[in-house]
Amino acid sequence: MTMKWKGWALATGALAFSATAMAAPPSAEMISFACAGCHGTNGGSAGLTMPSLASQSKTAIVDAMKKFKSGERPSTVMGRLAKGYTDADFDAMATFFSKQKFHPTTQAVNAAKVKKGEALQEANCSRCHLEDGKEGKDDTPVMASQWLPYLQMQMDLYQSGARKMPEKMAEKVKPLSKEDLDALLHFYASVK
Amino acid sequence: MTLDRRSFLKLVGAGAGAAGAAGLPMIGMAAELMPKSGRRVVVVGGGYGGTIAAKYVRMLDKSIEVVMIERNKQFVSCPFSNFYIAGLTNDMNSLTIGYDKLAANHGVKMVYAEVTGIDPAAKKVVTDQGTLDYDRLIVSPGIDFRTEEIEGYDAKTAEIFPHAWKAGAQSTLLRNQLQSMKDGGTVIISMPLTPYRCPPGPYERSCLIAHYLKTHKPKSKLILLDANPDVVSKKPLFTKAWSTYYKDNFQYIGGKKITKADTGAKLVSVEGIEDFKGDVINLIPPQRAGDIAVKAGLVGDDKKWCPVDAVSFESTKHKGIHVIGDATALPSDGPPMPKSGYSANSQAKVCAMNVVNLLNGKETIEFSGINVCYSAISDHESVSIAQVFKLEGGKIKSSATAISPADFSLGKAEHAYGESWLKNILTEMST
Repeated sequence: MTMKWKGWALATGALAFSATAMAAPPSAEMISFACAGCHGTNGGSAGLTMPSLASQSKTAIVDAMKKFKSGERPSTVMGRLAKGYTDADFDAMATFFSKQKFHPTTQAVNAAKVKKGEALQEANCSRCHLEDGKEGKDDTPVMASQWLPYLQMQMDLYQSGARKMPEKMAEKVKPLSKEDLDALLHFYASVK
Repeated sequence: MTLDRRSFLKLVGAGAGAAGAAGLPMIGMAAELMPKSGRRVVVVGGGYGGTIAAKYVRMLDKSIEVVMIERNKQFVSCPFSNFYIAGLTNDMNSLTIGYDKLAANHGVKMVYAEVTGIDPAAKKVVTDQGTLDYDRLIVSPGIDFRTEEIEGYDAKTAEIFPHAWKAGAQSTLLRNQLQSMKDGGTVIISMPLTPYRCPPGPYERSCLIAHYLKTHKPKSKLILLDANPDVVSKKPLFTKAWSTYYKDNFQYIGGKKITKADTGAKLVSVEGIEDFKGDVINLIPPQRAGDIAVKAGLVGDDKKWCPVDAVSFESTKHKGIHVIGDATALPSDGPPMPKSGYSANSQAKVCAMNVVNLLNGKETIEFSGINVCYSAISDHESVSIAQVFKLEGGKIKSSATAISPADFSLGKAEHAYGESWLKNILTEMST
């Protein structure tokens, strides 16, 4: 589109009724806003089984979307939705959500489990899950303040083998008991 | 000027009559509610579409004033109202939102009023409280019913044969009728031809009412009369649910377009040749865009739905007025976006972005949107449809559409995700 044409269209008022022909390709905002119906405005989730996308690392989101699309990561609607997007779309939405502010939540957690989980996180997970799980780096997702039911559903998927753990994670998780893992999730849910 | 509500309504009524089909009341006589200083977007309707349009215009450009006009202080969600109707939830609290936080968080100015007319030339909205000027208007009017297509349907019919297709008092009415029906009774759901609001909604309702009857009134039966020749949404999933869970108390009959209602005899009939008697009759009439869209001349040649541009959602009937949600007829390539809450949410954002772009003299941006709808098939299992839509050749086209696996292996997980869907989308609308 040339500026000349746009200027003419504006001047004659033709722009509004030829908007379809004139429109620019979808922006990162345009693509990402649509996700908020399930993941909350700017990726801050209020739904207990839905993860917050706000402040996740770009790599983590692109990685998740590609795995949803290929079926490597199990899902309900995400695999079906991912098929409607290109790699460039994934890149755009990942950039958008990585720039959003961390979304703290307030939820009921067990204080004893949180305390136990904190020690376990420090000893086992802190090398990848930085800042008590608040910081997403590379393909490591933001764990802090995710809703407990969401974290528990994902841990169940890992334990059943339906979702594949990264090797480094599998090594660390293997020696931990069911109670240990539960405590860890309570800890992550409590971090604001 | 001051004018009490009753005499104002009289004036408006007289004006509407004089102006005829254009539906322009005598706006010169109505008081201006809030004089406009800067640029202003007015949003009509505070449902799934309107709240989001209002919020996102403000999120995208704080220099634009946004006024939202809504007749009710609270909004009750149609999605998930079937749970309440079928006795799976005890109240409508989880379905109900107010507008205070949306107003406080985003500076959306609320006007609680009934919109009686729109003057596209003067760029004015007329309400029963006074008029409002706008630079661009976003109308999200939802649906109203084509009751004139059902013989015998009058102002009292919905009180006896509730549609419960707008949530609130109608949902309570249907719920109460089901609960007070004697065991051994017959419940009828009558659903219209497409397009109508929420394609899977009547089928979900049939599952949940059948579940209620099976659990609480096992000698009773349910008949779903579908005006369409066959199931029009999530067919493999609903037919599987019916045959798996409800084969003893449920019957689906396609191709039964109800043309007559007799509340006295408690029956609905098809073309005067076939009668269906019921103890509870849930008559969902055929639909069109909400009344205000018809009054304002926003509906197309079909007199039902509002044709809009697929990028800006600007009406092709009137410049400066944008229409979103159930009321729209979008240029589509292939199956159109369903008339759903999620579609309205997604369309509202596209519309808001492009309204802001147009007001700022910037280039508009092509559509990218989503529809995700969950339908419960029992008290603990749900199924879904997930769709992505993009613009192609000036039309909206699905780049991916798929439903849940038919073995219901995801049923429990999707039941939980459905609840979170509701929580997130209503939170997005109200905060």
